[in-house]
Amino acid sequence: MNAPFQPESISLDQLKVGTRASIASVDWASLEESEAARLRHFGFDEGVSVEPLHLGPFGRDPLAIRVGRMTVAIRRSHARAVRVNLSA
Amino acid sequence: MNPLPLVAVAGSPNAGKSALFNALTGARQKVGNYPGVTVERHSGRLTLADGRPLELVDLPGAYSLDPASPDEAVTRDVLLGKQKGERQPDALVIVVDASNLDNHLRFALQLIELGLPTIVALNMIDLARRDGLELDAKRLEAELGIPVIETVAVRKRGIAELRSALDDMLSAPARALTERAPSELIQLQRRARDIAKSAVVSESPVRRWTHLLDGVLLHPVVGPVILAAVLFIMFQAVFAWSEVPIGWIESGMALLAEGATNVIPDGLLRSLVVDGVIGGVGAVVVFLPQILILFLFILLLEASGYMVRAAFLMDKLMHGAGLSGRAFIPLLSSFACAVPGIMATRTIDNPKDRLTTILVAPLMTCSARLPVYTLIIAAFIPDRSVGPGIGLQGLVMFGLYVTGVAGALLAALALRRTITRGGGGGFMMELPKYQMPRAKDVVIGLYQRAMIFLKRAGTIILGTTILLWALASFPPAKPGESQIEASIAGKIANGIEVVVRPIGFNRDISLALLPAMAAREVAVSAIATVYSIDASDEEAAQAPLAERLQGRWSLATALAFLVWFVFAPQCISTIAVTRRETNSWRWPLFMVGYLFALAYIAAGATYWTAVALGL
Repeated sequence: MNAPFQPESISLDQLKVGTRASIASVDWASLEESEAARLRHFGFDEGVSVEPLHLGPFGRDPLAIRVGRMTVAIRRSHARAVRVNLSA
Repeated sequence: MNPLPLVAVAGSPNAGKSALFNALTGARQKVGNYPGVTVERHSGRLTLADGRPLELVDLPGAYSLDPASPDEAVTRDVLLGKQKGERQPDALVIVVDASNLDNHLRFALQLIELGLPTIVALNMIDLARRDGLELDAKRLEAELGIPVIETVAVRKRGIAELRSALDDMLSAPARALTERAPSELIQLQRRARDIAKSAVVSESPVRRWTHLLDGVLLHPVVGPVILAAVLFIMFQAVFAWSEVPIGWIESGMALLAEGATNVIPDGLLRSLVVDGVIGGVGAVVVFLPQILILFLFILLLEASGYMVRAAFLMDKLMHGAGLSGRAFIPLLSSFACAVPGIMATRTIDNPKDRLTTILVAPLMTCSARLPVYTLIIAAFIPDRSVGPGIGLQGLVMFGLYVTGVAGALLAALALRRTITRGGGGGFMMELPKYQMPRAKDVVIGLYQRAMIFLKRAGTIILGTTILLWALASFPPAKPGESQIEASIAGKIANGIEVVVRPIGFNRDISLALLPAMAAREVAVSAIATVYSIDASDEEAAQAPLAERLQGRWSLATALAFLVWFVFAPQCISTIAVTRRETNSWRWPLFMVGYLFALAYIAAGATYWTAVALGL
């Protein structure tokens, strides 16, 4: 929204394992309705802290991501819809 | 008579809702289905301190009232009083995971807005403390404005308090439901985070144990190796542990048949009871030990939290076939038997993913095909070595398994592009914390699975085996005529023969195909029966079946027969369970149609190729 300083945001699938970041924005329109609903259910929202914990063994897909106090698995293609700030 | 007050237990997935439900109701539960959907309805009775009974219903886990799966749609409809066959609950117990408040409170807030009398069970409070999280339940109660009870469902802690809170709540005069516009989900989520923050007294880094275990079990190299080992043990167990109980069931059935033979005079009734009922049902019940062992493993993997990790590891490979990681375990289970495999697809959220998985599950080579493969391979494939330690017979067997898997993957790809096109096929799952499975919950789950198999599939299977028996027994043969040739089944075989003649099948095979619908391995005994009746002298009748086959079938026919069994849906139980799990005749009929078509084409292609090669 009106963050004083917006460091360069990257997409969640580019974030290195073990790096914390906060969600800058989610491109809800690029997701199917039920997928967007599920991401919201998992707590994906602006300002929430995320951290990739594990990558799938084949093609580094899917991703296990800590969101708040939960860990969720999503595919790389869905992680692309999430932009994160490396600050914090 | 007023119906019992209905109390619904609701909560997000992984909140420990079912454990709490089991702790409240005990083993006396009723498992049914909501009409029109394949979502299970679990209900039980609870008696309050003053002796008043109430009905408790365990709603499917949901993240919110905006459904993203059929289960969640049922939860929403029940809570809003819109679910067919269910009255609106009189009160709610909301289960939240104490260590995941900022997420679980969102659904709780949404439910509290409904205005029903409500209690929150702050569950798994012990695990939260173990993780270094201190919560202020009183503060939470003040923020939410409703009673909050700390519980540890698996240790039955807080259950008595929960019951007395229920008692108080149901004794209080009912409030009028307030009609309020529901809040936006995102607003509720933000409020949930604020409340969670205010209720937390102190916290340390989250979920240490789960992180340590995931570091190993989801490791890119070690993880898949451990998964392979777990699966290997599971399959060893399915076959090794089931041998003895299968022996018991077989001798039990034999005793029963013997007893019936002695009691009932020779005639149609004896034949119906011995060959139709005992023989037919016995052929299916024999699979119960394998199904139970398989489900024991599946329940343990699910309850411990490892199942989701297995899906995580396999998702990328399953994605290649248009499926999700969730399809992995059901498909793998289908190697033992497609019936539990198809039942296990209930863990797949996405309806189209689930349907695709159900439709291709019968292509996994189940254990009932083994007797058929073993017989034909022993008879026609020379027992010679094609390389160090590699026998030709084993190679053909392996090839049949690979053909099944390849067929399943190709069929899934084709279905995903046509009939079950669209609808995501995404993979979004919560990775819950690891937990020690509790014996009572596993036993309850196992008992419910066994009952589903025996009751639901059993009734359809009993009906069809009696039908098959009637087809094979009427009209009775005249002296000197073989019963199977004279029967309606024999006449049908004449029709089948016309159809299967082009793909190299002879009359014996045509006769075996119909009884093999009861169960694939029956094909072996059916062929054996035909040959023992037709054998001209005693000596020939004594020769092993494999030897007798050699003179009668060409190699091309034998190969075509093997390939037929890779694809053909020769199993009433599978069709019955598909009917149950898809809640319509449309999909089982489609499955039967496309699999027979595949079987016909593949067997034909094999036969014509073999003939062209001069085999």
